[in-house]
Amino acid sequence: MSLIAAGSETFEAPGIADFWQPLVGDGAFALTRSMVVFAISSIVIVVILFRVSGRLKTVPGKTQFAVEGVYSFVRNSLGRDIIGSKDFKPFLPLLFSLFIVILVNNLFGVIPFIQFPTLSRLGYAIALAAVVYVTYNAVGIRRKGFVGYLKSFVPSGLPGWIVPLMFVLEFLTYVVIRPATLALRIMGNMLAGHLLLLVFTLGGEYLLLHSTTINKVPGVLSFGMTLVMSAFEILVQFLQAYVFVLLTAVYIAGAVADEH
Amino acid sequence: MTGNIAILAYGLAAIGPGIGIGLIFAAYINGVARQPEARGVLQTIAFTGFALVEALALLGLVFAFIFRT
Repeated sequence: MSLIAAGSETFEAPGIADFWQPLVGDGAFALTRSMVVFAISSIVIVVILFRVSGRLKTVPGKTQFAVEGVYSFVRNSLGRDIIGSKDFKPFLPLLFSLFIVILVNNLFGVIPFIQFPTLSRLGYAIALAAVVYVTYNAVGIRRKGFVGYLKSFVPSGLPGWIVPLMFVLEFLTYVVIRPATLALRIMGNMLAGHLLLLVFTLGGEYLLLHSTTINKVPGVLSFGMTLVMSAFEILVQFLQAYVFVLLTAVYIAGAVADEH
Repeated sequence: MTGNIAILAYGLAAIGPGIGIGLIFAAYINGVARQPEARGVLQTIAFTGFALVEALALLGLVFAFIFRT
């Protein structure tokens, strides 16, 4: 990435193109950096979870304590409180996997030497959102039947003339808006956050190395901002993993809820 | 002065969600200050609302990139 700024004398602002980083090959079947990062994240998650769950102790060590903390957070404040204590158990594996996959991949955006948020590529975000999309619709149809599920879009007790309008709106919400915003939200946040870090890093590098002497001061400040923004990014990364799973739980809760 | 008008459009698109998110968290803080034990419930509601409002700003961001040329 530093090649972009170092190569030319005028500053070129980073853009979306910087997130397309094929390592082997080119075009649709290239092995990209995001694929490698995602593979690393899967391996890290599998190794940590297997090691921890393989030898559980009554008095937990540090790693077990952290994993148990994440698990009980997802189970209690996301699963049980939102979906309800009656129905939440079958969805726990989905919620926990989503949370930990998104969290680890987001954190890879600031971990040195990896530094690539996988979910800033829209494809990964769409894949995760598609899983959620299929899940809540399938659960809703299985619970209420196809017609019953469509009926449950419109709250009962509305005046007759407004029902078709509400149905169209709610149908669009369930079928288009929800999965689209779910994918775009996480992708947009990761992309924007990483782009911000990129702007401050490349801008600082340009001001320090390729500009007049007086500009070295804002150059140093720019690197300082990178550090501050990295801390802010970590907050956003946690928040986005939380929001994604929260919305998943809310959608599933809406699908399993009885009519009232 | 040269630039890209899509950025300006995104700036305008971010006004509404900015105000909206401010209102949501103001209400959340108010609620928790008045009734600290309701924090868990309020947190869920606040973040659901936050996510819904934020969607508008994100659509603006994505469209700013899509319609850039």
